[in-house]
Amino acid sequence: MYGGGFLPEENPKKQTETVAEDPALLADFQARIDRGEKIEPHDWMPAMYRKQLIRMIEQHAHSEIIGALPEGTWITRAPGFRRKMALIAKVQDEIGHGHLLYTAAETLGKPREQMINDLLSGKSKYSNVFNYPAITWADVTVIGFLIDAAAIVNQLANSKGSYGPYCRALERICAEEAFHLKQGHDAFVYLATGTPQQHEMLQAAVNRWYKPIIHFFGPSDKESVHSEQLMRWKVKMASNDDMRNQFLDMYVPKVREVGIDFPDPNLKKDPETGKWNFSDPDWDEFYEVINGNGPCNAERLAVRKWAEQKGRWVRQALATPYTKSTVPLA
Amino acid sequence: MSDQNKSLDPRIARLELPQGESIVKPDEYWGTFEVFLQEKRGKFHQHVGSVHAPEQEMALVFAKEQYARRGKCVNMWVVKTTDIFAFQLADEDMFATTPDKQHREAGMYKVRDRIQEYQNRQK
Ligand SMILES: [Fe+2]
Ligand SMILES: [Fe+2]
Repeated sequence: MYGGGFLPEENPKKQTETVAEDPALLADFQARIDRGEKIEPHDWMPAMYRKQLIRMIEQHAHSEIIGALPEGTWITRAPGFRRKMALIAKVQDEIGHGHLLYTAAETLGKPREQMINDLLSGKSKYSNVFNYPAITWADVTVIGFLIDAAAIVNQLANSKGSYGPYCRALERICAEEAFHLKQGHDAFVYLATGTPQQHEMLQAAVNRWYKPIIHFFGPSDKESVHSEQLMRWKVKMASNDDMRNQFLDMYVPKVREVGIDFPDPNLKKDPETGKWNFSDPDWDEFYEVINGNGPCNAERLAVRKWAEQKGRWVRQALATPYTKSTVPLA
Repeated sequence: MSDQNKSLDPRIARLELPQGESIVKPDEYWGTFEVFLQEKRGKFHQHVGSVHAPEQEMALVFAKEQYARRGKCVNMWVVKTTDIFAFQLADEDMFATTPDKQHREAGMYKVRDRIQEYQNRQK
């Protein structure tokens, strides 16, 4: 029995890949996962499993929060009352997703404030795609439809993973994402089937977002040993290539049916393998942006820091002598 | 930010974005509260997740924003996570034989055959 919640380990960072795990515990752990049972916060788990999950869920949480920034600033400029209401609801959902995910990551022993600090210091990453600007309303439309669609492919896969708190958070998130996708598709179709200028504006935005969309799932990881282990533990549920392929399968037709296309003559499905081919999306650029040199990296972090600094007086006003970091139950 | 990095977004460009460090200090850390939601009168409150908050009133405000944005809800509870006392999941085997306890189930008690047999014997 326990009271007072789970006590985080002193320093989860100290655990590295070199930790030798007890083979019997490891076998039990694997067997539980193979039976399709979920791992819960207080269960024994390999240090690597804990570390990778914290990294993954934390970065997922950051992506939700940072991802809301390019859309959030469009709320006042959204065309019409209906689009404005939808965008407000979507942006609030995304912030909510961030909180649900921070909570799931916290069950593994890293306090939320530490995760936020790691985001603010640039130590912890978030999805690369949010380092690109939303120049026009059509960009917001492309984000709402295609970036959310890509995120859903990823989140649906992960919701079948082995860690209970992450699965529960993702189930809730995926239910809300269904609305994001629908409202994004609605706005996308509206522009595509609108005036020639609206159509053109949308095509221009799709052209801008094509590379980041191909980058979204990351470089090919088929041969990575690391990734194989994570798949056995059901931390990673599908290879980057498989998820990208699934996304293209589902969404290229939906883009093309309204007379819009991706700016890549090599984007074709190979009828024999069922795999989509595409031009080299410039992975060097991908790594450049990850390393902080994308068009909006500096702005995104600066805005997040602004929020932290401007919110400090509120946090201080709310501080109570009883306040202290705890770990959520499940 | 330098001018070449100036935001395309007018709202952002108007902000005075901070330079340098920005961190949440340890004395600003918040605890967690477990959230229970009642969908309608007559139903039990159900655990739906947790929120981060400095104290219980804010926890309730955040719980509403996080868990009652959609769908039905008539009431919510928040409970400090540290006030919950629970079994360890590792002890789950203490419940393992419960489904086998058929003597506790209505379905175990079947007398129709016996009655039938009795009535046949009386004929
Ligand atoms: Fe989201
Ligand atoms: Fe979304």
